[in-house]
Amino acid sequence: MNRIVINPITRLEGHGKIAIFLDQEGEVANVYLQIPELRGFEKFCEGRPAEDMPQIMQRICGVCPEAHHLASTKALDNLFKVEPTSTARKIRELLYSAFFVTDHATHFYILAGPDFIMGPESPPAERNILGVIGKLGVELGKKVIQTRQQIHWIIQTIGGRGIHPVFGLPGGVSKAVSDEDRAKIEEIATQAVDFARLSLKVFDDLVLKNKEYLDMVLSDTYTHRTYYMGLVDEKNRVNFYDGKVRIVDPQGKEFAKYAPGEYLEHLSERVEPWTYLKFPYLKKVGWNGFTDGEKSGIYRATPLSRLNVADGMATPLAHEEYEKMYATLGGKPVHHTLATHWARLIEMLYAAERMLELSRDPEITGPNIRNIPTEVPAEGVGIVEAPRGTLTHHYVTDEKGLMKECNLIVGTTNNYAAISMTVKKVAQGIIRKGTEITEGLLNRIELAWRAYDPCMGCATHTLPGQLPIEIAVYDADGTLIDVAKRS
Amino acid sequence: MGKLKVALYWASSCGGCDMATLAIGEKILDVAAAADIVFWPAAMDFKYLDVERMADQSIDFCLFNGAIRNTEDEHVAKMLRAKSKIMIAYGSCAYEGCIPGLANLFSMDSVLDRVYIDTPSTDNQERTYPRAKVQVPEGQLELPRLHGTVRALHQIIDVDYFVPGCPPEAKTTWLALEALLTGALPEKGSVISHSGKALCEECPLPKEGKKVKKFYRPHQIVPDPKKCLLDQGLLCYGVATRGGCGAMCPQAAMPCTGCYGPVEGVVDQGIHFLSALGSLIDSTDAEEIARIADEIVDPAGTFYRYSLPVSLLRRAKTA
Amino acid sequence: MNKFEPKIVLFLCNWCSYAGADLAGTSRLQYAPNVRIVRLMCSGRVEPYFIIEALQTGADGVLVLGCHPGECHYLEGNYRTAGRMALLKKMLRQFGIEEERVRLDWVSASEGIRFASIVNQMTEAIRDLGPFQREEVLYFPFGDGDAGAPPQRVAALPVEGATRAPIIEVTYG
Repeated sequence: MNRIVINPITRLEGHGKIAIFLDQEGEVANVYLQIPELRGFEKFCEGRPAEDMPQIMQRICGVCPEAHHLASTKALDNLFKVEPTSTARKIRELLYSAFFVTDHATHFYILAGPDFIMGPESPPAERNILGVIGKLGVELGKKVIQTRQQIHWIIQTIGGRGIHPVFGLPGGVSKAVSDEDRAKIEEIATQAVDFARLSLKVFDDLVLKNKEYLDMVLSDTYTHRTYYMGLVDEKNRVNFYDGKVRIVDPQGKEFAKYAPGEYLEHLSERVEPWTYLKFPYLKKVGWNGFTDGEKSGIYRATPLSRLNVADGMATPLAHEEYEKMYATLGGKPVHHTLATHWARLIEMLYAAERMLELSRDPEITGPNIRNIPTEVPAEGVGIVEAPRGTLTHHYVTDEKGLMKECNLIVGTTNNYAAISMTVKKVAQGIIRKGTEITEGLLNRIELAWRAYDPCMGCATHTLPGQLPIEIAVYDADGTLIDVAKRS
Repeated sequence: MGKLKVALYWASSCGGCDMATLAIGEKILDVAAAADIVFWPAAMDFKYLDVERMADQSIDFCLFNGAIRNTEDEHVAKMLRAKSKIMIAYGSCAYEGCIPGLANLFSMDSVLDRVYIDTPSTDNQERTYPRAKVQVPEGQLELPRLHGTVRALHQIIDVDYFVPGCPPEAKTTWLALEALLTGALPEKGSVISHSGKALCEECPLPKEGKKVKKFYRPHQIVPDPKKCLLDQGLLCYGVATRGGCGAMCPQAAMPCTGCYGPVEGVVDQGIHFLSALGSLIDSTDAEEIARIADEIVDPAGTFYRYSLPVSLLRRAKTA
Repeated sequence: MNKFEPKIVLFLCNWCSYAGADLAGTSRLQYAPNVRIVRLMCSGRVEPYFIIEALQTGADGVLVLGCHPGECHYLEGNYRTAGRMALLKKMLRQFGIEEERVRLDWVSASEGIRFASIVNQMTEAIRDLGPFQREEVLYFPFGDGDAGAPPQRVAALPVEGATRAPIIEVTYG
């Protein structure tokens, strides 16, 4: 069979490559998304003091370190059996809400947005933030950069550093919020709410009102009927920082709800020899291959999933948008993968509103930010919603609090099986017998992956460039007989 | 004169250094005005084959972040070295191995067993491990092989400059970029930072230079945020860490953990921090000294959190 | 059969332990010839860096002898040594290095016999432990096909002074 390899996949965080096998007819026989990296956090944390985990674990990802930092800090709360003070809890959630705004904005405008805003087969030279600025206007572009910088300042002020914060401790946080800083945060939050509303309008104008895109969103090619997962609060509303994990089935009915300590009853991970990343799936349903439906344990944990599992949003403007989305797309749950972009912007609005709420909370500048742990540590689990999915940290320590074992199920990992399915289905849909393989075509396949929000953000621009592809031809025994490289 | 050609690449990294490059904010526009980015998988659609086709030395400078953990990291590092005039180890992973380097305390076997067999959520009765070459029904798939030891960039290729930090703070990044864009570069092999001295020099917390009767772990006490943290018994690495970052962490009441690497002229950062702490113990009784020293629960992880691969020992002795 | 002869680097302080060593010599006491002596003004001058560098560049063991606590010529140098050594030994354990390879003890200027005894003890202890394993393993667990590739051992290269570690070349099997 002929094999086309996209290596590396681009405009995301992390490494990956896609191998597309074509049969004699020129139809897609199978597609493999391989992750070629492994660092081993689950091993080298052993022997380290548990309180070092928030700072060590967040180096899993430099784009969403805040997620790991807080999941880890919560695992420490659980481990040391200590509750954070009320003020500390709010400070953590304030930083986290701010982070969600910037992270989602980065993804929409800079990473995946160009595919929609410029067009999936637009020239690569334009298919980036500069093209976006050109199309939407310099003012909007500067707003994006400014918003990122401002929120970067908030994270640094509350968390100690803008990238890889340091403030998380069991029982609290290391630094209080001053009155002066609080006022500035409130001001930034107000602007963030406006920015989120503006972003939703951009999405509406450019995607929802564009028939070609709307068709793509609603098409079966970009649709999978899976289980969904997300954190919800006690009223079953989306919450990024805390709550219980809720899972709904492809019909939208609640399938399971669990507290962090129970995650092992619900999740299993599968190993395949052709990739370093594992595939989580629902234990109670079981692994049934890379398929959709109720009998397959494959689930998705994305912004769309979070909205699918929840009964609503906890802030008024976001809730309005939530209702609008479901009304437009025909009810819950929504299975259209590309609708994730819409859900992501609704979450951005919620995060901004929540940031504003918390910045106005009288307790936020309180001095009582630490409870000192007194219990002997043993085991703890902490779960938050990372922008890319439910994030679980599980620690086992000795009585001195030195790590003995750790287990992690990370945001995007939840979605690995679903992403693999998505990429294959899209490839099968758009590469048929006789199709000319072009750069733009391959980008449509990559576009599918980007809906899940790879863990990376940046602003950049590009040169005119063409996507080179390597076509390797193997005979029936798997022996390489020819390699054609062309761009 | 055309624009400079610039490449950015991440090996075994977390992406934080790519984010750090953007933390310079609007200065990115100055970079865009002076340079064209010809390769940046994180953010642009150029592939490895594009780099293979470039002429040697056609890239003016390459910001390389990430540690060398597998054969792909090594291959791309060597390829970019050939294609670039100037190679910069950007960020702690490339400079000294950083957090991925902690895996050097374990054997590769034990890492693989933990990740693919022993973790409680993993269901792998068949004991499948990832493989370098795998036959699937449709053909063959390849993966890079993992090295048994994590290395820093200069341990496999010649590196021109180092930018410290996990990740480098915006001002350090800009210091390096400005030098690269204007050509006003320091001596080859330099570590680029605003300071070559210990962090204590720029940390605003007042120091009394006390000896320590007890070492504390950060969750055990609420320190006075307006006093030197090391004086209060927290393991603040500032005494043995290069400055230039602005002492962000101590100002958030958390001890420095050493991410800017060693002070100018020092090879092994961890052993010097060990020496400093050992000499701070306030006791004249050998047994009490040993007891106080024992309160430091994880010397290897604390002293070599970022710099294990470039330390004298480089890795633990394992099978 | 060739008996393994350990190489032991021995740091002595000018005022106490070096004098004690001298006394052992003038007293014609026999002690193992495996030690290479470095004289410093004080045991507090021994940087843990020296100890590891010694091991990585050819020593199988390192012995540090200073004045008894309370008798340091510079008053507190040996307390610092005690603190550093305690930490170093704990750290070496984490590196899988037998902590017996590194020893701190106290010898006064009049203790020639004690000096010889400690040196002999140390030499036998290191002989039992065997040579210090300096090689690193760069290991590819998954070769082509089903059998894993055997580990590739690479000798660690010595570090010269304040320069960075040189490039480590690896040949793959």
